[in-house]
Amino acid sequence: MNNPNPKTLYDKLWDTHFVGSRSDNGDLLYIDLHMVHEVTSPQAFEGLKIKGIVPRRVDSIVATVDHNVPTTDRSKGLSGIKDSISRDQIQALQINCHDFGIDLIDLKDLNQGIVHVVGPEQGFTQPGMTIVCGDSHTSTHGAFGCLAMGIGTSEVEHVLATQCLVMNKQKNMRISINGPLKKNVFAKDLTMFLIGKIGTAGGTGHVIEYDGSTIESLSMEGRMTVCNMAIEAGARAGMIAPDQKTFDYLKSKPHSPKGNEYETALKYWKTFHSDENSNFDTVHNFFAEEIEPQVTWGTSPEMVIGVKDRIPSKEDYTSQTERNNFEAALDYMGLNAGDSLENYSLDQIFIGSCTNSRIEDLRKAAEILDGNVISKKIKRALIVPGSGLVKKQAEEEGLHETFISSGFEWREPGCSMCLGMNPDQLGEKERCASTSNRNFEGRQGHLGRTHLVSPAMAAAAALAGNFIDISS
Amino acid sequence: MNKSISNIFSGEAVFLDKANVDTDQIIPKQFLKSIKRTGFGPNLFDAWRYLDKGDLNSDNTKRKLNPDFILNHDLYKSCNILITRENFGCGSSREHAVWALTDYGFTTIIAPSFADIFKNNSYKNGLLLIEVDKEKIDEIFTQITEKKTINIEVDVHNQFIYLEEKQIPFELDDFKKKFLLDGIDEVGFTLQHQNKIEDFEKNYKKTVPWLFK
Ligand code: SF4
Repeated sequence: MNNPNPKTLYDKLWDTHFVGSRSDNGDLLYIDLHMVHEVTSPQAFEGLKIKGIVPRRVDSIVATVDHNVPTTDRSKGLSGIKDSISRDQIQALQINCHDFGIDLIDLKDLNQGIVHVVGPEQGFTQPGMTIVCGDSHTSTHGAFGCLAMGIGTSEVEHVLATQCLVMNKQKNMRISINGPLKKNVFAKDLTMFLIGKIGTAGGTGHVIEYDGSTIESLSMEGRMTVCNMAIEAGARAGMIAPDQKTFDYLKSKPHSPKGNEYETALKYWKTFHSDENSNFDTVHNFFAEEIEPQVTWGTSPEMVIGVKDRIPSKEDYTSQTERNNFEAALDYMGLNAGDSLENYSLDQIFIGSCTNSRIEDLRKAAEILDGNVISKKIKRALIVPGSGLVKKQAEEEGLHETFISSGFEWREPGCSMCLGMNPDQLGEKERCASTSNRNFEGRQGHLGRTHLVSPAMAAAAALAGNFIDISS
Repeated sequence: MNKSISNIFSGEAVFLDKANVDTDQIIPKQFLKSIKRTGFGPNLFDAWRYLDKGDLNSDNTKRKLNPDFILNHDLYKSCNILITRENFGCGSSREHAVWALTDYGFTTIIAPSFADIFKNNSYKNGLLLIEVDKEKIDEIFTQITEKKTINIEVDVHNQFIYLEEKQIPFELDDFKKKFLLDGIDEVGFTLQHQNKIEDFEKNYKKTVPWLFK
């Protein structure tokens, strides 16, 4: 029998969490999990304290420190952080968590790490949930079939106080990708390719659901990488319907339901997928075989090309605004129009961030580095695992030995040079191959030049001292 | 109580001729270490505005200004309306970007489009965002280039802007309008609907007991 009322995954997530509308037509959406970190929370907690309100459900909140933390020796804890302003911010989170009774995965905890790595690996992230965090890459968690959105600090305060987010429903977008990925083309290349196609504002006002055989073939780590960068396509949330891989991944995680509860949850989780004939406002279709290893050349994630392609020229753009943007980006990046990216030497390599710091990413990098030494041109190469657990796993597999003997520095978990709030930064005009998600001006350091790539490309570029074609 | 804006106001506009201005540009990360909501204005567009690299410890009055940056031109120093290109405010969710814009003195931003999270952060802080299509922005750009300065009147209640005798309508969600004009404390307002939240929670708990500890 035909389903008279087919719904998309997003429709289902919306409907199961819709509390009601306020008298001003703002909709209240119930939030299941609120992840908190040190940078965007202090003003929110302060707001609660001023109003004399306590969080509605502390059992729905998990906090960790990641943005500001040093990635070198942590044995001294808070007192080992040299930058006093960073220290104050981390301490503010410790005090707020203590005052409100919130679980904090602190600096010296084995489970500490980047908030979007910690959530899934601890099993906090589960299908059918609504998840928020004061960080735009919260979209990562959508890989488990949940509605996960980045929010601002006022919204952090609002969710703490009311367990609800105020918004109106967004549009449904489906991006289908089918077919096998080529050799040395990964989830990161796929997600960057999509941004290049639809643009950084392509998903604005939408929630993106990714599907198709290529997406199904990805591991949970790969799916997280895809959803992580949905925000770079302008969408506040990206999502993938859960399947057996998702359920298997969650089975052994510390905070996922156990025993009978797992069975009940499993039944519930299986309802979260788009029904046949459900309606999407916007649809895109791509084939995986079109995708080459990707490298960004400019200062926006949409300024991306295949490694064998040439940097664009002014003639490739029609409007004056686009041409101005193109020239400003080229100038900032110190590149020539129409050139090959292989012609430019790299200064630094960064493998890490919530996009690419999971065990699979590190294994891929190690495979390429295995027994080789990085180019003399490279001044510094960092590998920063996404969490203490990723670090431990990598060390058990001996990956760290490969990294260290090839010339990489093996660091403690955190956001590190993804945004350079801690001492890991680029120097002026230094060129970096980075597995992170943003190549904005100054993102990794004042006047630094960032090229976004996959972990495999970053490792290969470290060996060569410049980008090379890894597809052949 | 949050900041409220007037029903009708006018101001001088400055044109920032860039698309995809991201929140890293609006307020660079080194300023996010502050645990306050105020004081970000002097570091708005920091990397474009100054010639050196600043941080929270810098004395901004002693730093060298970039003479080529539009906000540093004498003509535009006291502008309160920013006009710019598409996808303004993309990137990170940092509300500090909005705090920097309002602290600097901007009341309104006019652009063809804005990023989603930035939109939410704005109305909560009394910053009015007005979407006007690309072609109109091009026209305004030409006018500003010819005349150097233009005055814009904003009628929030009726949702119009007036410039050079032209009237341009704009969209604004009811709830955003209410918050902008009344400066209501949103947490308090939602808590007036607490019954709804409690009713929802009671039922929801039965569906997903494993999410309640
Ligand atoms: S790794 Fe980068 S993108 Fe991810 S949460 Fe940290 S700063 Fe944000």
